[in-house]
Amino acid sequence: MRLTQGTFSYLPDLTDEQIEAQLRYALHNGWSLSVEYTDDPHPRNVYWELWGEPLFDLSPDDVETAMREVRACREGFPSHYVKVIAYDSSYTRQTTALSFLVNRPAEEPGFRLDRTDAHDRVMRYGLHSYATAQPSGRRYNPEQP
Amino acid sequence: MSPTPNMHGSADLRDRWSAGVTPYAEMGYYDADYEPKDTDILAAFRITPQPGIDAIEAAAAVAGESSTATWTVVWTDRLTDYQHYQAKAYRVEPVPGVEGQYIARIAYDLDLFEEGSIANLTSSIIGNVFGFKALRALRLEDMRIPPHYVKTFQGPPHGIVMEREMLDKFGRPLLGATVKPKLGLSARNYGRVVYEALRGGLDFTKDDENINSQPFMRWRDRFVYAMEAVHKASAASGELKGHYMNVTAASMEEMYERAELAKELGSLIVMMDLTVGYTAMTSMSKWARANSMILHLHRAGHGTYTRQKNHGVSFRVISKWCRLLGVDHIHAGTVVGKLEGDPSMVKGYYDTLRQNFVKEDPETGIYFDQDWASMPGVMPVASGGIHAGQMHQLLHYLGEDVVLQFGGGTIGHPMGIAAGATANRVAVEAMIQARNEGREFFEEGPDILAKAAKGCPELDAALEVWKDITFNFESTDTPDRLVTPTVG
Repeated sequence: MRLTQGTFSYLPDLTDEQIEAQLRYALHNGWSLSVEYTDDPHPRNVYWELWGEPLFDLSPDDVETAMREVRACREGFPSHYVKVIAYDSSYTRQTTALSFLVNRPAEEPGFRLDRTDAHDRVMRYGLHSYATAQPSGRRYNPEQP
Repeated sequence: MSPTPNMHGSADLRDRWSAGVTPYAEMGYYDADYEPKDTDILAAFRITPQPGIDAIEAAAAVAGESSTATWTVVWTDRLTDYQHYQAKAYRVEPVPGVEGQYIARIAYDLDLFEEGSIANLTSSIIGNVFGFKALRALRLEDMRIPPHYVKTFQGPPHGIVMEREMLDKFGRPLLGATVKPKLGLSARNYGRVVYEALRGGLDFTKDDENINSQPFMRWRDRFVYAMEAVHKASAASGELKGHYMNVTAASMEEMYERAELAKELGSLIVMMDLTVGYTAMTSMSKWARANSMILHLHRAGHGTYTRQKNHGVSFRVISKWCRLLGVDHIHAGTVVGKLEGDPSMVKGYYDTLRQNFVKEDPETGIYFDQDWASMPGVMPVASGGIHAGQMHQLLHYLGEDVVLQFGGGTIGHPMGIAAGATANRVAVEAMIQARNEGREFFEEGPDILAKAAKGCPELDAALEVWKDITFNFESTDTPDRLVTPTVG
């Protein structure tokens, strides 16, 4: 399966040039940028690991600084999901403005749907990521035991 | 006919209370010198007086009948501080270029209204006056709700920001589809449409307004099958998805029962129809806040009173009332689709729903500055006759915080429902990407879509089959283009 979280997951994976263009757009809007990674792609896993502190106060000319962090995170976690979050701190928003994947594992086993009968045909549902059968750090990477 | 401003004001106090019928303007319901207080609720009415009726007297009559007055003088007024409770028409202006129509601005003291009750607000403001014989037609164009009154309402159960955070979906319009055919599918077949559309790439599917609990599909069966479909599609994509479960029913008790089952099945959204009424909507809003459920509102029936320019209630007023009583979604027009919607009028609705401060703007039909005092915004929903080939226009007119609903534009796709959904998702992502890259997406839209379609046969097929579909009819509800001059 292909995980389709993030703003651009139905497009072909973004090239570095395309990622840079999105970073530049975010910086033009005065948004801060952060890079996050995980090997637990459950859609309710809100708290991906932070790749350092969010990058505040970058200007559009500093796109390369942000891009360096993207590359470094991808190199550190080549088999993880990595995303860029652009954050808008302006009054009445104060939330994520853009969030898109910049790395994904080569193989994505996807999710199992667990069903538990409750009563009167009411079903309780749960999503289970196949990858999380392994402890964190040993998922998505066949070379590790 | 021109208004005669000399009719108002200085009647001798003894005359004011003599038994019989006194013109409303003379009873204090018109006051050209009145300066609205910050706490006043203001209303702008478009009035069309009967031939021979003075515009100022007509405006005063509207103010009177929507506040304290009756048709004759009553001495019991004197047991009250009546001037405090009288609404006051304070500005009456002819509509430029239209014979016999006037915009009357009326101020109401905050004391006239019960806190947190749209039912009470509307019973005053539109309660009696619309049948008033002295008027040929009457339209409530806009209202200014002061923060003092705004703060007595709950507002949206979650609002745009919280909804996006709940869904983990940012930076693009959300996508939906109404299941079609809207009537007749069995619950099992209905769930099939939900599954295909969601796994293909939509964020939401939706019950239509008139899908409640009919012989061909009872509500409980629909909920059970549709939620199976929602969860299956979530597992297939790793995204949170939802189906707007329509909980509209004949009684509040049944609505709660249906909403409770939606919650039990793990739905993150329910919907209701405008036809249930303001009190029922407010009750559902409180339920949705208490149960972490996004609340979608279909504006079923609104066209009966919002569409005609000279009579009824403007949709921007309905939008205000619904933001106050609290919904997370509301259908608010598409501009380019099959349903009524002048671009500048629709912009006025969208601004009213989404922004924290909306400035007076005759171009968009906004008559007053409106301060929402941090009340969260409502996500507008664009639904009705739209398709992937219009994505650049939809983004241009409607922006990013909107749900684009492609019913026919998903389910009618020649390669199937999931393919239709994929076409829409690829189109919106490609358009956002191009916009963010600095492309002139409105002008270059067709090129951007054509390029995206090269890697996506689903989008290619959608562009081909719907390439000539437009709904270019003249709107009936349009702005008064000229700036309105003051009379008197």
